[in-house]
Amino acid sequence: MQLFRSFVKKEFYHIFRDVRTLLILFGLPIALILIFGYVVTSEIKNAKIAILDHSKDKITTEITNKILSSGYFILSENLKSAKQIEEVFRQGEVREVIIFEPEFSKNLSKTGQANVQIITDASDANTANLILNYTRAIIQDYSMSLNKIPAQSIKIIPQTRMLYNEELKGVYMFVPGTMALILLLVSAMMTSISIAREKEMGTMEVMLVSPLKPLQIILGKVTPYFVLSFINAVTILLLGVFVFGMPVKGSLILLLGESMLFILLSLSLGILISTVSPNQQVAMFISMMALMLPTILLSGFIFPIENMPPLLQWISHIMPARWFITVLKNVMLKGTGLLFVWKESLIMIGMTVIFISMSVRKFKVRLE
Amino acid sequence: MNELSVIINEVSRHYNKVIALDKISVSIKKGEIFGFIGPDGAGKTSLFRILTTLLFPHTGYITIEGLDVVKDFKKIRNIIGYMPGSFSLYQDLSVEENLNFFASIFNTTPEQNYHLIKDIYQQIEPFKNRPAGKLSGGMKQKLALSCALIHKPEVLFLDEPTTGVDAVSRKEFWEMLKNLQNFGISIIVSTPYMDEASLCDRVALMEDGRIMEIESPQNIQAKYPYLIAAIRSNNMYDIISDLQEIPKATSAFRFGDNIHLSYKKGELHKDEIVNFLENKGHKNISFDMVEADIEDCFMELMNKN
Repeated sequence: MQLFRSFVKKEFYHIFRDVRTLLILFGLPIALILIFGYVVTSEIKNAKIAILDHSKDKITTEITNKILSSGYFILSENLKSAKQIEEVFRQGEVREVIIFEPEFSKNLSKTGQANVQIITDASDANTANLILNYTRAIIQDYSMSLNKIPAQSIKIIPQTRMLYNEELKGVYMFVPGTMALILLLVSAMMTSISIAREKEMGTMEVMLVSPLKPLQIILGKVTPYFVLSFINAVTILLLGVFVFGMPVKGSLILLLGESMLFILLSLSLGILISTVSPNQQVAMFISMMALMLPTILLSGFIFPIENMPPLLQWISHIMPARWFITVLKNVMLKGTGLLFVWKESLIMIGMTVIFISMSVRKFKVRLE
Repeated sequence: MNELSVIINEVSRHYNKVIALDKISVSIKKGEIFGFIGPDGAGKTSLFRILTTLLFPHTGYITIEGLDVVKDFKKIRNIIGYMPGSFSLYQDLSVEENLNFFASIFNTTPEQNYHLIKDIYQQIEPFKNRPAGKLSGGMKQKLALSCALIHKPEVLFLDEPTTGVDAVSRKEFWEMLKNLQNFGISIIVSTPYMDEASLCDRVALMEDGRIMEIESPQNIQAKYPYLIAAIRSNNMYDIISDLQEIPKATSAFRFGDNIHLSYKKGELHKDEIVNFLENKGHKNISFDMVEADIEDCFMELMNKN
């Protein structure tokens, strides 16, 4: 116990005396979550549009007002001729041009039909699609309000609700994702680097030539990172809840318990990486390449797993973060209990056991 | 003094095809300061890593205090102290923190064996709050030695402890080792510096993974078969190649400020050599007969092989 205490104390000295380590431990998580929260967002807010109104009558003005007052769009300029369309897109500011045909309201009252042309800048396909859908919805909404007295034709009007995330907020997606990414990064990368550093500095050599058992070395190295990662998890949750308005509908204890499980899983992965890396560079490289990139790409953090080719879907099963993200979303957004996430939890426990037993087996009591 | 502490028997070790150690056999007595002397690449560090249970021997066996380095490595790790060649303490921890940590991994405290390290630690105690990375080379060695001694080992392994340390600190370091001998600790040390050989009780001269000679330094010097002249002149640049032209001389090599010329007794005389050099255009020639040094012996053994 005395030994364990002094080992942990020494490890904390290392962490708190190295500015870079501190920065990665505490600066990175906060920076990442703020960046993902404010910068990388898939919501449409204040997209610049241009309008080419050939008729300038009551109805087109009303539609224009409705579009501009929605909060999604701001008017960049009113165009005078079709020639300008190409030009405004080239300038790059404007994402969408809306064109009303001449005699718009006249056509509408005569034939019951009038044409609006919507042109979007699809060099960013996703945004173009979103903008298009938003605009279409607003115009449809307006056209429906015109048909107060229903015509003879039967209409089916779907009433849609986006359950669990009614406002389609991106935060709900990225808080769980970022949390998984940060915990994996901090726990796995930092432990693997710190063990690799002992090898590089030659202190591992001295420790091996002592009565220390491999398990004692591993536990001593890992405990401080467990504590700090847990603090990180709580910080991210607090940021998510209080800065981004993320709900926690399920049990908080379950949420924290699952976070600890995932931290443990990441730590065991870090130890495994350290047993195969001879120095800090290799440990860092493996953590980055083998953990961070696949986690971002394949865990369902950014790209939905359902849309992936079957092979990648299959690979995503071995991404620890995938299971954690599912659990987080279920517990935080849907408020489900352990009954619904036991499968994911079991998978994470299984992975932890496998990684720990592999690393204890691979841990070398000698230099070869 | 006759009991054996370490027995090395026919130990070989290779890395892929490079042979690092070639059938080495040495017996080291209890309480002895034993030196492995040899240039870089002679296999000293490999041997120390096998001795400290960090590497396997590929053939042969080693026992330390009767324990086998392969089978009983856990027990051995309780009774040995090891100071690796490179500075292997935590640079970001202070002197005191390093000492406390290394004491704790051996389940002891600095107080328990303070008498062992007192003389050494007192010299660095004024700097006990300084990070180990900011100590001078000599102080680092003292701290590393303190940490290696903190659990009162029976056998102490020091791999090139004085490499990169200034002459004064080196001298002090060896005095400390002599003091430690009084506690009955067997001290096994490696060094590339020939002048340190004479401070050991016995030395093994190593070259290319082989041991050329195991003897006390005095005996090695006494066994030296030639006479040695230390020669200087105004043209130290050409003097080696000129001296090597003397057919009866066995060897000529630079030794500090001088050239050491060795030859069989009776085959050459001072006048002969001085005349020879004068004919080659050397001036201000100084010529002294000197006793053979360990380095001379090492060179002679190397030439023989």
